Amino acid sequence: MPENCIYIARSSAIAARALAGEMMVMNSADSTFFTLNEVATAIFQAADGHTPLREIVRDKICRQFDVDPVQAQADAEQFVTELSSHGILLVSNRPLASEAPQ
Amino acid sequence: MSLMTEVGQKAFNLGVPIAVHIDVTYRCNERCVHCYLDHDDHGEMTTAEIKDVLDQLAEAGVFFLTFSGGEVFMRRDFFELVEYARRLMFNVKIKTNAVMIHEAEARRIRELDVDTIQISVYSHRPEVHDAITKLPHSLERTIKAIRFLREQGLRVTIANVLMTVNSSDHLGVQKLAAELGVHYTLDPTITPMMDGDTSVLALRIPGEELPEVFRNPALVASQEEFCAPPQPPSAEDLEGYSCSAGHSFCYISPYGDVFPCVQFPLPTGNIRQQKFLDIWNLSPEMKEVRSIQAKDLTVCSSCSHVSSCTRCPGLAYVEGSMRGPSTADCEKSFYRTGVPTANMLRQGLSKPRTISGNGARLIQIRPIAVPA
Repeated sequence: MPENCIYIARSSAIAARALAGEMMVMNSADSTFFTLNEVATAIFQAADGHTPLREIVRDKICRQFDVDPVQAQADAEQFVTELSSHGILLVSNRPLASEAPQ
Repeated sequence: MSLMTEVGQKAFNLGVPIAVHIDVTYRCNERCVHCYLDHDDHGEMTTAEIKDVLDQLAEAGVFFLTFSGGEVFMRRDFFELVEYARRLMFNVKIKTNAVMIHEAEARRIRELDVDTIQISVYSHRPEVHDAITKLPHSLERTIKAIRFLREQGLRVTIANVLMTVNSSDHLGVQKLAAELGVHYTLDPTITPMMDGDTSVLALRIPGEELPEVFRNPALVASQEEFCAPPQPPSAEDLEGYSCSAGHSFCYISPYGDVFPCVQFPLPTGNIRQQKFLDIWNLSPEMKEVRSIQAKDLTVCSSCSHVSSCTRCPGLAYVEGSMRGPSTADCEKSFYRTGVPTANMLRQGLSKPRTISGNGARLIQIRPIAVPA
């Protein structure tokens, strides 16, 4: 899958809330509980299903945080893969309808 | 320290209400002998009002939301409220007697990704359970509902309140929970009724029976540790706080009243009159609850149990002072370890005096009058 075609959306099965800038996320299916750091939180919040991951990294991550764009893209892809394996994020090469409210 | 504990501590330190318990109704289809609630409707919040509360709670940072009652399914809009809460991305837990849960309701609960359903079961014997709930066939219906919920793959916890009338049945309920593939919790706490009547306290199991519970390996992982004599408190222990009530947790009644905890009937404000965050941040009562450290406790600060006691400030408040001892917890500490508490010693008691009857001074939960 070409990296510029990755779309991500938050699953409707999760619970999430920000605590002091970091996102708490829990999947009700298996009660896995995560806290996301500021960078991961920014990606999670931008996961609207129709903004490509590459754009999220370019417009949100690289502008807000002092990170190398290539490294940021690689880290973001790894993060997305991990969260999708836990059912937290939905990933597709086509735009997705976000299951959870903004 | 687990990640969950770490996050809870962070919320506590920041004063963020990470968990809220909301009773959406006090109405109920059962009439449990130990229940502390007045089941008449004195003006419950409407659907729109509760949705507004949920919006405010999400904004305040609440993550864990418990819907309880009364019986939550007495509200026809209950699923609408759960759906709204889930859209706001709360982690939702439901407390219910499950009598009104059938296959369709169980499926809907699963579709809404509810985290856990906690269900009250008093005995594995219908004649005992039904006599407590005063609803014929209630155990049969509750068990049927648990099976429906399990078929949907949902997490269920059986909550077993222990009292005189079912004290010999907790092993049977544990076995039932294992057969049904659900979790089990036991609670020997009986709370005075909302109208101030303490007669229900006569249902508390005698303290002498507590050691049997504390030495049950199915309930207590490390009895040696749990029942060990208390250690002298450190300076850090004396700087500590009783629990999360008012720090990172609070309770909201069906009438919009906000309290530090479901077991702490100190009114701090009403959501129909003030914003939730104004009550949480500015209420003098909330601030007072938050200010109390172990060193400030009138009797307990000098008690050898102060660092390990489960002292409930709400039960202490009901007894007369939120800084005072909670007799029920003194009893637990004594029967857990065999070491007398400071509260017992000051009264010259060799064993705790259980509170029962109508003698205790009480402050009651009452709906706050709202101008029309």
